[in-house]
Amino acid sequence: MTFGQAILEALESLNGNKMRSGLTVLGIVIGVAAVIAMLAVGNGAQATITGSISDIGTNLLFVFSGGMEGGPRGGPGGGRSGNNDRPLTLGDAEAIADPFAAPSVELVAPVIQGNGALTFSGENTTTSISGITPAYFTVRNMQVAEGEVINEEHILGRMSVVVLGPETAVNLFGHADGIVGETIRIEGQPFRVIGVLVEKGGGAFGSEDNAAYVPFTTAQARLIKRGALDEVDVIFVQAISAEAVPLAVEEISNVIRARHRTPIGYDDFTVFTQQDFLSTFETITGVLTIFLGGIAGISLLVGGIGIMNIMLVSVTERTREIGLRKALGARKRDILLQFLTESSLLSLIGGIIGIMFGWFIAFVVGQVAAATGNDFVPVVGVDAILLSTGFSAVIGLFFGIYPASRAANLEPVEALRYE
Amino acid sequence: MDRVIEARGLTKTYKMGEIEVHALRGVSFEIERGEVLSIMGPSGSGKSTMMNTLGCLDRPTSGEYILDGESVAEMTDDQLASVRNRKVGFVFQSFNLLSRLTALGNVELPLRYAGIAEGRREKARAALEAVGLQDRMTHRPYELSGGQQQRVAVARALVNNPAIIMADEPTGNLDSKVGREIMNLLLNLNKELGTTLIIVTHDPNIAAQTQRVIRLRDGELDPENNETIVRKK
Repeated sequence: MTFGQAILEALESLNGNKMRSGLTVLGIVIGVAAVIAMLAVGNGAQATITGSISDIGTNLLFVFSGGMEGGPRGGPGGGRSGNNDRPLTLGDAEAIADPFAAPSVELVAPVIQGNGALTFSGENTTTSISGITPAYFTVRNMQVAEGEVINEEHILGRMSVVVLGPETAVNLFGHADGIVGETIRIEGQPFRVIGVLVEKGGGAFGSEDNAAYVPFTTAQARLIKRGALDEVDVIFVQAISAEAVPLAVEEISNVIRARHRTPIGYDDFTVFTQQDFLSTFETITGVLTIFLGGIAGISLLVGGIGIMNIMLVSVTERTREIGLRKALGARKRDILLQFLTESSLLSLIGGIIGIMFGWFIAFVVGQVAAATGNDFVPVVGVDAILLSTGFSAVIGLFFGIYPASRAANLEPVEALRYE
Repeated sequence: MDRVIEARGLTKTYKMGEIEVHALRGVSFEIERGEVLSIMGPSGSGKSTMMNTLGCLDRPTSGEYILDGESVAEMTDDQLASVRNRKVGFVFQSFNLLSRLTALGNVELPLRYAGIAEGRREKARAALEAVGLQDRMTHRPYELSGGQQQRVAVARALVNNPAIIMADEPTGNLDSKVGREIMNLLLNLNKELGTTLIIVTHDPNIAAQTQRVIRLRDGELDPENNETIVRKK
């Protein structure tokens, strides 16, 4: 018997018992569809997260106070473990900006952060307030939808001006346009709105649309009190290129170590790169994808056991047929091939239907995400398709071996006598 | 004379739990090519075991069995399968056709296992014509009468041009008129093709139509009654 004939015969036999074949295939269909959909959702999540991190800019670095032991994020007033730890200061930022000490650094933007109440004619909202320098908008790649950004003049004059995120603007005014020139109160003090930012959507650090930006000097003097005078919370640094990022990390570390006179092997600050964020999130989503895929794989396994079950029933049911075939001259491997072909075909057909079904599920998930305003596209990868097709064929083969070899090893005399 | 079967000292012992059953206890005989003979005996006489052994479905425990020049007793399972395929055609009491396949498909089965691809359809067609079913070729077994089903089985038995046809109660499931037709068909095929025909039966009327009768009792050739009926062709 040739392979083509075996496939034809298997199709005939599966076709002869449509209901049973369909139900058996269902187990594999669900398993493969689950694998495809889970991997697609996992890949989509990964692409979305890495995409939003990449939006930050590949040459961006963050300097926090506090060592790695205390967590990467020092935060205002917290996270500094030892007494000898020094906070980051404006002086540190200026030293980093020195092109001779740190040639790989292009721009430096020190920030102090706090929360505050904003009010405008009875409406009030609480949001994060950042004291920033003009470089901040360049480093963070932020643009104004209308008005202007904070400039040197505002800094030097310690002027009471504010740039609002679009969400904060809507919270206060009910709309985000035509509000430049209005005066709002932050913590009771009057500030003139000079600009509204372009909407960015949810980012890796929570929504940056709900924020208020004031000149660094103004925040320092009037809004956010810090223990030491020149203290800053975060320093955003833009390296001259993405390739220069590791070099910049080294240079920044050396500069601050020298200024803080830290003991060898212990840093009271942390330099974080966008690559660090990326790899952290990739690890998380990778684990998530493997986890989801594993669960889906279990259902595939259950489907395979279903195939074995049905093949065993089928072998018992067709004992006489097997006996007859042997009487007519079928060798062991003819019978083996016949039943293996049937089980492999079952799972292969299930795999193909499952791929289409899984694709459909991923598509629906994508539509739902789009409808609810999330920027999330499930990605059905070629690897997922190959993986699940291969896996289901192997499962059909593996779980077919036992029933098929049982069939092949039947004694012709006994099989013919079987009722 | 040309001997198609030589059996010498065939024994067959089964184990049923603790007890050993001696189904055959040293049976020897020869069958000439082209002979028509019947094997008779009461149930438990070793008739079925004899048929299984002669049909190469099973090996004897000891003894020598030569079928068409090939010594079968020591063969492996796959070699036995090959011998069955080339040299033996089976006709069963209950027809044993595959219900999924058409008459033609059923007749083609032995050819498939023989690895014959070219001219398979034509050979199967010719075999069905030889049993008078030329206008039932694409019917499935459940669309055929019992007699027609047994004709398909006969066509399947002879399609590979075997040395012997083993018929196990070939008329047992048929009424007497149709049974006679099937017997006549088998006898005619024997005359035309010269294929040795071995019929295992209970029915003395069937046995009476054969040239020779081998009677078995308790696993041996019946000493009193053996080969009583020997006719000329």
